[in-house]
Amino acid sequence: MIAKVRAAETPNYLTAEQGIRSWLLTTDHKRIALLYIAAITFFFMLGGVAALLMRLELLTPTADLVQPETYNKLFTAHGVIMVWFFLIPSIPTTLGNFLIPLMVGAKDVAFPKLNLFSWYLFMTGGCITLYALASGGVDTGWTFYTPFSTVYSTTHVITAAIGIFIVGFSSILTGLNFITTIHRLRAPGLTWFRLPLFIWSNYATSVVMVLATPVLAITLLMIVVERVFQVGIFSPWLGGDPVLFQHLFWFYSHPAVYIMVLPSMGVVSELVAAFSRRSVFGYTFVAFASIAIAVISFLVWGHHMFVAGLSVYSAMAFSFLSYLVAVPSAVKVFNWTATLYKGSVSWDTPMLYAIGFIGLFTIGGMTGLFLAALGIDVHVTDTYFVIAHFHYIMVGGAVMGYLGGLHYWWPKISGRMYPETLAKASALTIFLGFNLTFFPQFVLGWLGMPRRYASYPPEWQFLHIISTAGATILGVGYLLPLVYLTWAWKFGPSAGPNPWRATGLEWQVPSPPPKHNFEVTPVITRKAYDYAGMKEELRLG
Amino acid sequence: MVSAKSLALREHYATPQHQRDTATLGMWLFLATEVMFFGGLFTAFAVYRMYYTQGFLEGSREMTLVIGTVNTAVLFTSCLTMSLAIRAIADGRQFRTYVLLLVTAGIGLVFVALKFTEYYLHYEEHKVPGIWFTSNQPNSGPEELFFVFYFVMTGLHVIHLSIGIGLTALLAFRTAVGRFSPGYHTPISNVGLYWHFVDIVWSFLYVIFYVPGFH
Amino acid sequence: MNSLDLLPPTASTYANQLNDFFWVMVAVCAVVATAIAIFLIYCAVRYHRKDPDELPEQIRGDNKLEITWTVVPAIIFMGMFGWGAKTYFDVEQPPVNSMNIYVVAEQWMWKIQHPDGIREINTLHVPIDTPVRLTMISQDVIHDFFVPAFRIKQDVLPRRYMTIWFQATKAGKYHLFCAEYCGAKHAGMIGWVYAMNPADYQQWVDRGGGEGSLASTGEKLFHQFGCANCHRYEGHGPGPDLRGLYGHQVTLATGVTRIADQTYLRDCIMGDKGGPVAGFRDHIMPTFQGQLSEEQLLAVISYIQAMGPATGTQTPSSAGTTLDDYGRQPGIAEPGATSTAGTKPDSR
Repeated sequence: MIAKVRAAETPNYLTAEQGIRSWLLTTDHKRIALLYIAAITFFFMLGGVAALLMRLELLTPTADLVQPETYNKLFTAHGVIMVWFFLIPSIPTTLGNFLIPLMVGAKDVAFPKLNLFSWYLFMTGGCITLYALASGGVDTGWTFYTPFSTVYSTTHVITAAIGIFIVGFSSILTGLNFITTIHRLRAPGLTWFRLPLFIWSNYATSVVMVLATPVLAITLLMIVVERVFQVGIFSPWLGGDPVLFQHLFWFYSHPAVYIMVLPSMGVVSELVAAFSRRSVFGYTFVAFASIAIAVISFLVWGHHMFVAGLSVYSAMAFSFLSYLVAVPSAVKVFNWTATLYKGSVSWDTPMLYAIGFIGLFTIGGMTGLFLAALGIDVHVTDTYFVIAHFHYIMVGGAVMGYLGGLHYWWPKISGRMYPETLAKASALTIFLGFNLTFFPQFVLGWLGMPRRYASYPPEWQFLHIISTAGATILGVGYLLPLVYLTWAWKFGPSAGPNPWRATGLEWQVPSPPPKHNFEVTPVITRKAYDYAGMKEELRLG
Repeated sequence: MVSAKSLALREHYATPQHQRDTATLGMWLFLATEVMFFGGLFTAFAVYRMYYTQGFLEGSREMTLVIGTVNTAVLFTSCLTMSLAIRAIADGRQFRTYVLLLVTAGIGLVFVALKFTEYYLHYEEHKVPGIWFTSNQPNSGPEELFFVFYFVMTGLHVIHLSIGIGLTALLAFRTAVGRFSPGYHTPISNVGLYWHFVDIVWSFLYVIFYVPGFH
Repeated sequence: MNSLDLLPPTASTYANQLNDFFWVMVAVCAVVATAIAIFLIYCAVRYHRKDPDELPEQIRGDNKLEITWTVVPAIIFMGMFGWGAKTYFDVEQPPVNSMNIYVVAEQWMWKIQHPDGIREINTLHVPIDTPVRLTMISQDVIHDFFVPAFRIKQDVLPRRYMTIWFQATKAGKYHLFCAEYCGAKHAGMIGWVYAMNPADYQQWVDRGGGEGSLASTGEKLFHQFGCANCHRYEGHGPGPDLRGLYGHQVTLATGVTRIADQTYLRDCIMGDKGGPVAGFRDHIMPTFQGQLSEEQLLAVISYIQAMGPATGTQTPSSAGTTLDDYGRQPGIAEPGATSTAGTKPDSR
């Protein structure tokens, strides 16, 4: 039995201490989560502005809004910021930090001071990279391909590389913290297969973070060495191999995309369970699918290099493995969909985001099947087809999962409820704007529009206009939650401990939770998503 | 003599043993990231060695074998003293632990000194890519590439070692003020793990850089 | 082109093959995606929560279903993999009788060289119904040769020859793009491919503008840079006789064997081949790195490729040259020349 604490008697984590020092020197995982929310929201807006400028430029076929050199810096900024300063940290450092200890029944993560240090590393890396972007920018693309980035580019490559190097360690330490927490701090009775699927997803993500990110770090270090000393690790003129850079870079960057999407899948599992009032269908299969995705993700990096100079045989191996990694993703989609069947499906905003995720992730994933096909990839790689593919997964998938989770757990984090009608309207705006922006890009890609072009053949302008119109709508859609979630923080109606009547340890504590989460460590006897077993407590049936 | 601080059980741990095991898991995970970190460099080195066997062999021949071998012996000795230090604190022998930790750090400093001497010798022989590099080979590219890897990998190693020396010295002083006991010396065990790891990395570096130039 | 065209032109044999595969993929994926979408919406509507307290049937799973929807997609994916691999194989293996065209990519332009000497910048004229193999290299950073109408794309690397091939099927003017970001004017590194009917193509060639074939340009460079001084036809110069070399196996002094292809020859000239050839240890070939541009390299290699076999007495005859059988200007004696033609170094 879990001892219930009456909210009125105990200060919560927000009110326990006051003043800026208590925030900047906090070791409370919940406060650190909020520090991260502020940081990544800032970076998301910055990356979004870059995207908007790019889309405005692309309204016309010529490079007339900005110079081509500036456009090159814009897409680099957009990629660098969105990948390393928004998508990779997003769910793990915000929702993950806030919820993982709560969901496992612990009072904090394994290494709370390390957690705060991670945030400072993130901010340091962020400031250094922002400095690089502000003092003239970087024009190599977020992929830093050599020899352009090491020999030919005249922009602030070294500074940006150092900033990303530092932020990589923030990622590594967070992953390390989560793995240790999940292994060692689970409450008594909480066996692995009683854990919520959000934990499984974040565990898989953390393993990838810990093992893949160091390879990025060393690759960036080699770029810096090559650029500073003008020696040829990757440049051909001293015997270096530019394709080796690509192997090392993608060895990290492919698993990185799973760092970006796995936590979102974890959120979706929680949402479909709560809003169908059911366990996720095939719990064990979904749990193992997360692990399978994490493992296989390390074996497919070559699919970014099918036209880069791989041997035909290694290309075939990578294509085969890329199809293999699609199987557990498909399994998850089928299981989520089946969860709704004969469930009790509510249409609250988080569920709209979850359903949106499933649909858009399916489209994104299927276009991944196109890209994994060697013959087709020859035509569509390095075109807008790829851009559309990964935005369907990252924006239609990961970001919508993040927003869904943010809305779902907002009452727990803030103690207050957001305005439901406005939230629904925003979700629909985002869904509409998103599809309008990115679906035409599949068509553009198949037509042959290359990536990273500020100018293009005039006959493709119509598609670009639709895409830009969609981007504007999408931008508005993103501004709305920023406004009303902030508003709700102060003025929203009070939410009780469990406004959604969901299972999960996080809903057993007050909203907002007390500083140490649980007065008494809970003892777990139920399986995950045990709606039938908890029906008295949740007043159901 | 054991101070209250040393047994500070963080509130989210059930028992001191629990806290110890968790910290140790954390250190092992950190070492896994270090394996991947150095692994990238070893992979790149392996690829180029395959392409440029001859040039890399020339590079190995330019290595100062004596210093490299002495350094290997030096580091192995420091591993011995580190292990003895951990044994000592487990037995409660505070002074012995303090001395052994200081000796370990000192031996580490010997390594660093020898390494920088070696770097200086390479500089004198004009084998520092990007700063001063000449070669008697008609195509000096591969040999220069060899030296790029040599300086980057051993440089990274020496940085890691220096951090280890700092931590070991810090632990020595903490031992002196009685922070550790047989019941609590997790930081020493974990820094010990780190120290051994750094030594293992060195043995691989020795094999790939020095050994091919043996005759 | 009408701005409402949503599909690229289909102008090569590969494009035709790929279209079939593409549309099958679209059909399969559209069907599955639509099915999932419809099922999701159906469940959301049909099982919409009416009573706020309702507790639905707690179905936790079905192993048979799990296995089915794991195995069936896996099988479908294997089919997709197989079809994709097959098409890829086809586009990566040029037919033996392909017409060779050389491409040098440079920031920010495409320089095309036809073997008969015609040069183009940012345009490529080819006849239809003829397999064309492009041998490509970059002067600086990585570029990418992309012709959407032919569905071909290949990264063009520095210091390494890459090949791609196509056979145009429909006369027309098609976009050429650089598809690997290469710096400031990446978006300007574009051009046109003109696929022409054989008659039109011949006309274009005749109007031409070649100053002699690529091989004859190479021959001039071969003498200009002193290659002929060491690589003498008599057979015992400081360097090996290059006649008949192209395409054959070479053994280096280290014991390594290589095939004397374009990459090998380029490595020799750039000093990268990894040591002297067996039997020629005493004279190390100097490196010409930085002295020859990629286009000049291609010309020299074309010349070596066109050299006849070692035992024959004919040298490649090219229009406009006045060099004798040994590649010298007639009337100029080479110091130290002997007349033992036909002897070969012992270890080839």
